[in-house]
Amino acid sequence: MSRPMYLGPILAIALAAASAACGGGSTQSEAPATPPAPLVNPVDPATAGAIAGRVAFEGTAPKPAPIRMDSDPNCQAGGATDQTILLGQGGALQNVFVYVKDGLGDLRFPIPSTPVVLDQKGCLYTPRVLGAQVGQTVEVLNSDPTLHNIHAIPAANREFNTGQPIQGMRHTHVFSTREVMVPFKCDVHGWMRAYIGVLDHPFFAVTGEDGHFELTGLPAGTYTVEAWHESLGSQTLTITIGEKETKSDVAFSFKAA
Amino acid sequence: MLLHLFTLLVAAATALLIFAGGLVTSTGSGLSVPDWPSTYGWFMFTFPLDKMVGGIFYEHSHRLIASTVGFLIVILTAWLWRAEPRAWVRRLGYLALAAVVTQGILGGITVLWFLPDPISIAHAGLAQLVFCLTVSIAVVTSPGWRRAYERRGDAGRGVTPRQAGREGPSYVNETNDGALQRLGIATTVAIFAQILIGATMRHTDAGLAIPDFPLAFGRLLPPFWSAAIAVHYAHRVGALVVAALILAAATRVFVHQRVRVELRRPSVLLLVLVVLQIALGALTVLSGKQYIVNSLHVVVGALVLATSLVLTLRAHRPRFGIGDQGSGMGETHAVDLRIPDPQSRIPGVTHP
Repeated sequence: MSRPMYLGPILAIALAAASAACGGGSTQSEAPATPPAPLVNPVDPATAGAIAGRVAFEGTAPKPAPIRMDSDPNCQAGGATDQTILLGQGGALQNVFVYVKDGLGDLRFPIPSTPVVLDQKGCLYTPRVLGAQVGQTVEVLNSDPTLHNIHAIPAANREFNTGQPIQGMRHTHVFSTREVMVPFKCDVHGWMRAYIGVLDHPFFAVTGEDGHFELTGLPAGTYTVEAWHESLGSQTLTITIGEKETKSDVAFSFKAA
Repeated sequence: MLLHLFTLLVAAATALLIFAGGLVTSTGSGLSVPDWPSTYGWFMFTFPLDKMVGGIFYEHSHRLIASTVGFLIVILTAWLWRAEPRAWVRRLGYLALAAVVTQGILGGITVLWFLPDPISIAHAGLAQLVFCLTVSIAVVTSPGWRRAYERRGDAGRGVTPRQAGREGPSYVNETNDGALQRLGIATTVAIFAQILIGATMRHTDAGLAIPDFPLAFGRLLPPFWSAAIAVHYAHRVGALVVAALILAAATRVFVHQRVRVELRRPSVLLLVLVVLQIALGALTVLSGKQYIVNSLHVVVGALVLATSLVLTLRAHRPRFGIGDQGSGMGETHAVDLRIPDPQSRIPGVTHP
């Protein structure tokens, strides 16, 4: 009985596929090429204005559901609740990304040299919502004594997924394209979600416990300002400010979907 | 016999692997290990057990089981190569090996490329083909397959189908049931197509596109359509088509092949499994894709496919001839193993 000669190579391929090579994830995502940014702010601070206000939630907020973290004993022991809708005093809505969506024309702004830090602590992202500029370094830190994977799922930027198996590891990434918002998730801990707004200017803010936001250093003009919330959607307002003017009574109000 | 027992082990391990794969997608853990073939930089088999937390538990378990199945199929292929006299059965082994290697590579690519739908769906589809190959090998190495018809002692004993066709219709009607064979093929192909639709639904996140059951948004036909709703609805219609085909095949067996226990058993099992599978499909929707239910739906789907395949292969058994146990199909068809009539044993001589 004849034996096929090709069995040997097939077996070799199978064994090669079955064996795994040692290696490790890079701690730095490939930095895409970005056009050079100006070093000087084009807005004269002496004439700059500001837009400030508050984001509120109308109606009865859903009771935050507890997060079951028992799939990983290293995560914090109980007590954590879903952070999708976080409310402060008087219905203040937290974690709303407010930014200038339109109105800046062709103005280009310097890129901050300090990184934006997204921490993984207690198997939750801190902060949950943040902003960064195109070309600015985003640093993702693992403060937990467990493994995380950092999985960014952008639509316009490059998707990446990298592991942080050891506490204290840092991963840096630079986004190349404006995008609101870039979702982050950890596939190890399915409840972990974060969102980064990537803009080509510095006029953005994230509401805190008091629901307050402030966009400072704006040149005089008419702007489309958008407030984005991860589950309640987006709202826009058109606001005009003059030189040195501050509009401090801008109000956004969200209702349960 | 030992080889056949081993093939059963390989098939069972493959079914377990499909269940584990179902758990990976059902829990959304497909990217919880971002690297491949390493695991967070560790060699796959040295990854610490205490680090198998959260989604890593499902994904890494899936990889370990997959490696085990791959290794088992390597052994199976080598075993067939060494011990199996039928060339076409040995080729089944090579095919299974090539399929499982391709499957492993697809699994790696789908991780490294962030679960692109076409690759993920291909990974799900090829998993079924690997399972079918292991089940096929288990069937054709079974003692029942090898001694088929020897126990019958009827008109069909010792004849090939071609010869049977010449010798009268009774053998054909009793054993070489063309209608059942065609029905078996149609059913198996339909189930595989249904699984591919299911995989598409699963990987495009259309599992709850129609949130109610058995109706669709309270109606027989969805009042509005989208790609997700269309895929989901196609899967439901596919379930009806598959159920009808299974019912037809089982009816054919019980009406025309009642004496053949090797056909009756998979027919009954098929009926039970398809009812279970439809119930699991309904529960998957009604439970909001509870991950255990969802994964059971995946593996029971594979079992429906495998059972239909077993029925189809056994229905085709007469085509392989009685001697399909040693020298290959071609030779088998050339050999007439009938026990000669004692009265005509020696031409020209009258026996007392």
